[in-house]
Amino acid sequence: MSVGAPRALASSGQKPITEILHPLSAAEEPLSVTVGGDKQEVALTNGTPVETSSPASTSSLFNRLQLDDDLEADVRDPYADSTEMRDLFVTVDDPKKHVSTMETYITYRVSTKTSRVEFDLPEYCVRRRYQDFDWLRIKLEDSQPTHLIPPLPEKFVMKGVVDRFSEEFVETRMKALDKFLKRVADHPVLSFNPHLTAFLTVKDLNKRQGLALLSKVGESVKHVAGGYKLRARPAEFCAMGEYLDTFNQKLGTIDRIAQRILKEQSEYLTELREYGGVYSSWVGSEEELRRPLEGVAGCVTTSCGALEDLGDNMSLDFLPVLREYVLYLESIKNVLRKRDQSQAEYEGRLEAAILRKQEDRTPMPLEVEKCQDKVECFNADLKADWERWQSNKRHDFKQLLTGMADRNINSYEKSQAAWESLITLLQDKQTEDKTSETN
Amino acid sequence: MRRGSEEATSVKRRMAEDGRDESVAADDDSQHTAEDGRNGLNNTMVEESPTLLRRMEICVAEAEKRSGKNAVNMQETFTVYLIETRPMDALAEGRNPAPDSLWRRYSEFELLRNYLLVSFPYIVVPPLPEKRAEFVWHKLSADNMDPDFVERRRVGLENFLLRVASHPVLSNDKILHHFLTEEHSWKEVVYETGFQAKADSRLKALSATFRVRNPDKRFMDMKHYSDELQSHTSQLLRARARVADRLYGVYKVHGNYGRVFSEWSAIEREMGDGLQSAGHHMDAYAASIDDILEEEEHYADQLKEYLFYAEALRAVCRKHELTQFELEMATQDLISKKQQHEELSTGIVRTFSFKGMTNKLFGQEAPEQREARLKLLEELIEEGEEAVKDKTVECEEHVEKAWVDVQRFKEQKDKDLREALINYAVMQVSMCKKGIQMWSNAKECFLKM
Repeated sequence: MSVGAPRALASSGQKPITEILHPLSAAEEPLSVTVGGDKQEVALTNGTPVETSSPASTSSLFNRLQLDDDLEADVRDPYADSTEMRDLFVTVDDPKKHVSTMETYITYRVSTKTSRVEFDLPEYCVRRRYQDFDWLRIKLEDSQPTHLIPPLPEKFVMKGVVDRFSEEFVETRMKALDKFLKRVADHPVLSFNPHLTAFLTVKDLNKRQGLALLSKVGESVKHVAGGYKLRARPAEFCAMGEYLDTFNQKLGTIDRIAQRILKEQSEYLTELREYGGVYSSWVGSEEELRRPLEGVAGCVTTSCGALEDLGDNMSLDFLPVLREYVLYLESIKNVLRKRDQSQAEYEGRLEAAILRKQEDRTPMPLEVEKCQDKVECFNADLKADWERWQSNKRHDFKQLLTGMADRNINSYEKSQAAWESLITLLQDKQTEDKTSETN
Repeated sequence: MRRGSEEATSVKRRMAEDGRDESVAADDDSQHTAEDGRNGLNNTMVEESPTLLRRMEICVAEAEKRSGKNAVNMQETFTVYLIETRPMDALAEGRNPAPDSLWRRYSEFELLRNYLLVSFPYIVVPPLPEKRAEFVWHKLSADNMDPDFVERRRVGLENFLLRVASHPVLSNDKILHHFLTEEHSWKEVVYETGFQAKADSRLKALSATFRVRNPDKRFMDMKHYSDELQSHTSQLLRARARVADRLYGVYKVHGNYGRVFSEWSAIEREMGDGLQSAGHHMDAYAASIDDILEEEEHYADQLKEYLFYAEALRAVCRKHELTQFELEMATQDLISKKQQHEELSTGIVRTFSFKGMTNKLFGQEAPEQREARLKLLEELIEEGEEAVKDKTVECEEHVEKAWVDVQRFKEQKDKDLREALINYAVMQVSMCKKGIQMWSNAKECFLKM
């Protein structure tokens, strides 16, 4: 979806609609771009000045304000030339443990590089803990209820079952947090959310969390009066719901299969280790066969190592992504439900208004019109986000599955190399022996 | 149906070469025909004749099911194996004569081997393939009538015949020749040799093991080695079976990906085709384990052969213990008889004897009786000295011949097992390559998603 959408699309919730520069609507605005000499002055017609302090940002901004066809291409495949288009880069890394009298927790370094106006500086570096990410997500959900917010890794872990401070757990969680932030930063609407800006820039978030940063929720459709029944859900949203249900099922199955494979591989590994041990213990009673037996034992050990790495990688990189998507699906279903509710409210109010109109000829009340706007907004946002989500999902799973294939290939390659070098070694020795016999 | 296994043909080739290497060309060799070879030989012409395998091509070509009445007149089903033989010289001349053939069942092979064990106690006699399927992993059938088992047994029986026919000593045996050529009269002939009566009783052998005083150290070390060999090969076979079982499970679970990818592809637009094809490759991956493990059974069979060979090696060592023990017993007996003679003739009692006691208590016996007893003892001493001489010869001959064959066995074992291990490595490389191929295929499909 792109240029066919109505203008009153932008819905970041805080600024009045007319002031918001929606990237999708930028295509319809006439640009004034003067390219001359060394300095390029770029300004938008609505008067908003553009930061041109760093040369890199100038060209990236220039690219961002290109003509329609480039933008459409971008919407269809966000990963084409995306690095040139993006002007907000975020990374989560460097986990550190903090021990205080009250509690122990982990913080992560959140680094930002940007050329956007909304940011005072081009670079930021702050430390955040999981709680902070959780705060951000809640705020995003509240302020952008018509959009799909990416999921966070699971909040609660059973103490005693999972070690919250183990290297693997921390690394898995960090990767998921990084992914979350990157997804938000790549989103054309969410990335302009002031909560995100605060999250990325403010030194001590705790203090800010308490303040009412944003007094009014504005055009939010969060609070919908209950009790309205939906009459007819448009077909495309029905399809979305069905797709999510089936996809959820399949993801669950894949998760179970992956876990089962890990279990079987682990049991295989146990037996394989013992098997290698038998070759080693046989060496003691042999002379001529010493080298081949030791060689075989060595190859078995190498194969065990390769297999162990495979299992670890699958646990760390494969399963968490699957689980993340399951959470993603849940949050999307919630948004679908909210959309249904807002449509139901509109239909309810409309019906009531029509009845009243018939009685006393009052014009269509403003609330009903506002409701209609809300529903149309919601539908448009959702459709746009759905397409984006589908595209991202396709990319993510392509990456996930090729990663799985690569890891398996890698494991076999390690094993093959070991066995091949053993064959070479033993066959060389054989020809060596033969020539020494004839000499 | 013949399973063309590279390993088997290379072993055959090597055995034929060994046969040729160990033969000493005699002048009348070139005039030997297969017929002469089969009829004219006797066991004493061991070193002068080329081994049987050089003169005759032997193979176990087929297996068939038969039904018949057994010893207690009950209906039974059993398998028979077709043994085909062709004269080597005819093949060398380029002719391709039809093979002579006969059918034998497993129990007849067992009879042949038992005969060889008794008749050549200084030889490490090649073993037969296992009587019942052991070290099975879950999928493999433990049923003797299972076609895979029968096929592997056919290969094992052929291997047995080739080993025996290329052995410098065993290959010249008449009974072996009869086994390969006379289908019906063979059993009578083998029983007529009376070999069963010559077999050492288990009790005798066991007793010797415990009571022998000065066995040859080399044979004691060899016996210890045979225990090690048996222990390690059986451990290895058991561990390998467990590994095979687990590996089977890992591969098969991947087949589930095939199904779920297929189902998932139904709800996808652009991703559908890629997922669907990837699913097929996952199915292929899961199916590939069957052939891989089938091939590995051959490696297990090679290990099993040496597991059973360890038993044959131990038997030779035990025979040494027995002959040595019997020699010691005969020597001891002779010594005691000589002592008795001395006591009787000189009247000096050196050691306590019942006779001495009764003499003291009841008085000495009459001189005629004494003379008679002395004479008897002298006869016994003469016999005893003969016995010791015989036993010494028997013991020394056994040691000499057995040591030669033990060395031969050791060389063969080192060569065979080394080759088996290399082939195992080759199998592993093949398995890795297949795995890489399958996953690369799947990866290509994922990239197209």
